[in-house]
Amino acid sequence: MSDTSLRLVWVYPDLLSTYGDQGNVLVVERRAQQRHIPVTRIDVRSDQPIPTSGDIYLIGGGEDRPQRLAAERLRRDGGLNRAVGNGAIVFSVCAGYQILGTEFINDLGHPEPGLGILDVRSVRNEGARHVGDIMGDIDERLGLPPLTGFENHQGNTVIGPGARPFARLRFGSGNGTGDGTEGAWCDTVFGTYAHGPVMARNPQIADMLLKLALDVHALPPVDEQWYEALRAERIAAATEASA
Amino acid sequence: MAGNTEPLSPRAKLAVTAGKAAAAVSRAAGRGSGSVIGGRVALKLDPELLGRLAGHLDVVLVSATNGKTTTTRLIAEALRAAGPVVSNALGANMPAGITSALAGGSDARYGVIEVDEKYLAGVARDVSPKAIALLNLSRDQLDRAGETRMLAEKWREGLAGTEAIVIANADDPLVAWAASSCPTVVWVAAGQEWKDDAWSCPSCGGVLQRHTEDWFCGECGFRRPQPTWALSGDYVIAPDGVAWPIQLQLPGRANKANAATSAAVAAVFGVAPKIALERMYAVQAVAGRYDVVSYLGRDLRLLLAKNPAGWLETFSLIDGPPAPVLLSVNARSADGTDTSWLWDVDYPRLAGHPIFVIGDRKLDLAVRLEVAGLQFRVCADVDEAVRSAPPGKIEVIANYTAFQDLRRAVGN
Repeated sequence: MSDTSLRLVWVYPDLLSTYGDQGNVLVVERRAQQRHIPVTRIDVRSDQPIPTSGDIYLIGGGEDRPQRLAAERLRRDGGLNRAVGNGAIVFSVCAGYQILGTEFINDLGHPEPGLGILDVRSVRNEGARHVGDIMGDIDERLGLPPLTGFENHQGNTVIGPGARPFARLRFGSGNGTGDGTEGAWCDTVFGTYAHGPVMARNPQIADMLLKLALDVHALPPVDEQWYEALRAERIAAATEASA
Repeated sequence: MAGNTEPLSPRAKLAVTAGKAAAAVSRAAGRGSGSVIGGRVALKLDPELLGRLAGHLDVVLVSATNGKTTTTRLIAEALRAAGPVVSNALGANMPAGITSALAGGSDARYGVIEVDEKYLAGVARDVSPKAIALLNLSRDQLDRAGETRMLAEKWREGLAGTEAIVIANADDPLVAWAASSCPTVVWVAAGQEWKDDAWSCPSCGGVLQRHTEDWFCGECGFRRPQPTWALSGDYVIAPDGVAWPIQLQLPGRANKANAATSAAVAAVFGVAPKIALERMYAVQAVAGRYDVVSYLGRDLRLLLAKNPAGWLETFSLIDGPPAPVLLSVNARSADGTDTSWLWDVDYPRLAGHPIFVIGDRKLDLAVRLEVAGLQFRVCADVDEAVRSAPPGKIEVIANYTAFQDLRRAVGN
């Protein structure tokens, strides 16, 4: 482990790696390596302390009970909150996104405090589960191409004044609040409901995290052939399904 | 009760007849074997038909995420040593398909029934099985099947107090937890390569500690039950300590585990390991799986892998490099429509193999392989992929509907 390498922290794979979101770690790692950026992946199990010196923290989706266990352990550990206080970058998906907020409804049906890193609050959607391909436009301040992903959740997430929607959907439920918003972000903390995994479908998000971590405005190009082909296919499929 | 030929009630007879008629119509219309539609019609006419049809049988139910169909076949072969067997050998494993299979078994003494994980508790209530074999539980089709631990909980609640003898895998913490509500359990150390769905204790949520094959929860003390049967390399160790060699035609560690469990089930029915295992050796392929098919001058070995645990077991049985590998993935409703699970599959293990990619979702697979740093070729269809590979053997790995497409394409 070199001092100068980028530290990529994968939070609680034992609890929050059920929906393929490990792919986000693999994509960020790969795209860093392709640019000859030294990167160290650190997997932190839920009985280990969260290191506070990471550059990028990734958190995935999980089932309802592991989500509660993860929230309890992250609150007790405090490392992720300290890391964000130090300016770390956090990108979270689904159950992980809800945990970053102020509160969510746990598997027992009770309100569970989140980490309060992102100004969102989640409740349980009483209707049908949100399942399927989604597509939309990412907040223009982030300068990213359209979002494509796959959602599979039962949450409705309300964004407070301290955060902004990550995207506005053309298709799909996203935050489930009926206003077309999907995910949320503030400074260096991001949350989304999109699996796929989201970085495989949107590698520019991985590059955005790398640029934030390295404090650069551009990265050398990499071969985008398969990513572009997949994006085009999924965006066309979502468009067709909704027509 | 075995051998008792108590006649079916007039209503049950009518239901069976109507079901057979519907199946025949379905077959004539070219819509598959008709077993599911037939069963559905029959069950509608007589909701208790399943229990009635099983009344004269000694039944064993087989459930798991992976290996259900193969294990059902192995057990059926073993029990044929003791008497006629009826079985849903083609994998129609929900109540309608099971009903249809049993309707054809009036002369049978044993029923060997594969059951979809979600329906196990209900079918167990309906047919009062003599034995239930539980192999493994892991993530599969999360967009429609729901959560893995919830399935374990359904098993645990639905099977609590069952009179059946439960034969369960002690190496899968989710299975061990589910089965530990049952009064009589025969524990089999059948192994489980995939561990990523059981890092937290199914009972209390604590982090499971693992040391070689042992596992336990440091918080609540839940731990691996003491097995009486064990798979050990190429042998199954019976409770009396005798090691029986397993010489299957079916490849791979997972099938040795299936054979070990099947031997334990056979013993419950009075069939000795030697006889049970020898009968299992006759099985070459199961519903097309493991079949070797000649096509365009190559030998294609057809392997089904539907989820990360299944792919992991499959990678461990294929020939090493430079054997070419053809991968096909679909995401139709029977597969689950989310492809995110591809990222939980350890594709870097294919390094060194020439890789050919087809299927509805070949682009998802292409990105996955690109990120794994592998060389691969995306092909339009199976013909192009097979022609691109050198003559000789090709290992073909596909998920559910992709596997069916492939079998059709190569005339299997």
